[in-house]
Amino acid sequence: MRGGSGGLRVRLNGEEIEVERGSTIGQLLDRVVSDRSRVAVERNREIVPRATYDTTPVAAGDAIEVVSLVGGG
Amino acid sequence: MESLRIGNRVFRSRLFVGSGKYRDYEQMVECFDASGTECVTVALRRVDLKHERERRNLLDYVDRERFTILPNTAGCYTTEDAMRTARLARELGLGELVKLEVIADEETLLPNTAATIEATRVLAREGFSVWAYTNDDPVAARALEESGATAVMPLGAPIGSGLGILNPRNIATIVGRAKVPIIVDAGVGTASDVTCAMELGVDGVLLNTGIAKAGDPVAMARAMRHACEAGRLAFLAGRMPKREMAAPSSPKEGRFTG
Repeated sequence: MRGGSGGLRVRLNGEEIEVERGSTIGQLLDRVVSDRSRVAVERNREIVPRATYDTTPVAAGDAIEVVSLVGGG
Repeated sequence: MESLRIGNRVFRSRLFVGSGKYRDYEQMVECFDASGTECVTVALRRVDLKHERERRNLLDYVDRERFTILPNTAGCYTTEDAMRTARLARELGLGELVKLEVIADEETLLPNTAATIEATRVLAREGFSVWAYTNDDPVAARALEESGATAVMPLGAPIGSGLGILNPRNIATIVGRAKVPIIVDAGVGTASDVTCAMELGVDGVLLNTGIAKAGDPVAMARAMRHACEAGRLAFLAGRMPKREMAAPSSPKEGRFTG
């Protein structure tokens, strides 16, 4: 699943995006959220612990979910 | 009012309030204040990546010194999805609490009790304090308790319906048999519904739409607070026995009229 510019294609919150080869979850997060402490991350349905964001690599075809709190009953 | 212990948490207010459907976060916080609640529910959803940077976060509005945050698994239709949601909430730093909902179908939003029991067992073993949303079914309530639920939360009526306590006898039966706290969750439309639930002896009431969609949500939040206290006090006081016919309150003796 090599992308046009040599990146990796992954699904982030259900949308396909391209990330640089060798990217970590931490680098991906910094691209899309302003405050890491407000989100939690799943990679292929497994929790990515906060402490490992910067050491967890993103692999081609990963399904990544970034969630936060919203109002609810 | 005497305090309520649920797991290792102690609450002075027996009202639990949801954070959905308000006009805005400011109104939500005003309602929390007026309701006197010390515990509010929240949901987990995907971050809207296109608008994340300008969007305000719920956590910026909820003072965690004052309020316990109870994350729900609303919108989950399988045991697995509910467990994923609970684990994500814990990773968000919300601790071991989860209001477990495994919904059976979108039209009724009634719980899938078999799946809820299964998820309760797994999550309790993982150290979660499971507050399990369920039907007004004494058998399911007992099964949840036996599976390790910290609290059992039977519905009064379907979520968001505002129909009140549809089966008070079942709620009373659940309370009578329970060893864990029982919190009526869902279907509470107005103050009298809260009082009705509390008079049955439940330990607390959780509601959201009844406040958020009232004509004046802040005023209704205040009404709900008093209704909850009134119902609790009446339960503790013990109501008079009901009778089939009238009994005069003024003495029959000493009447000087015909």
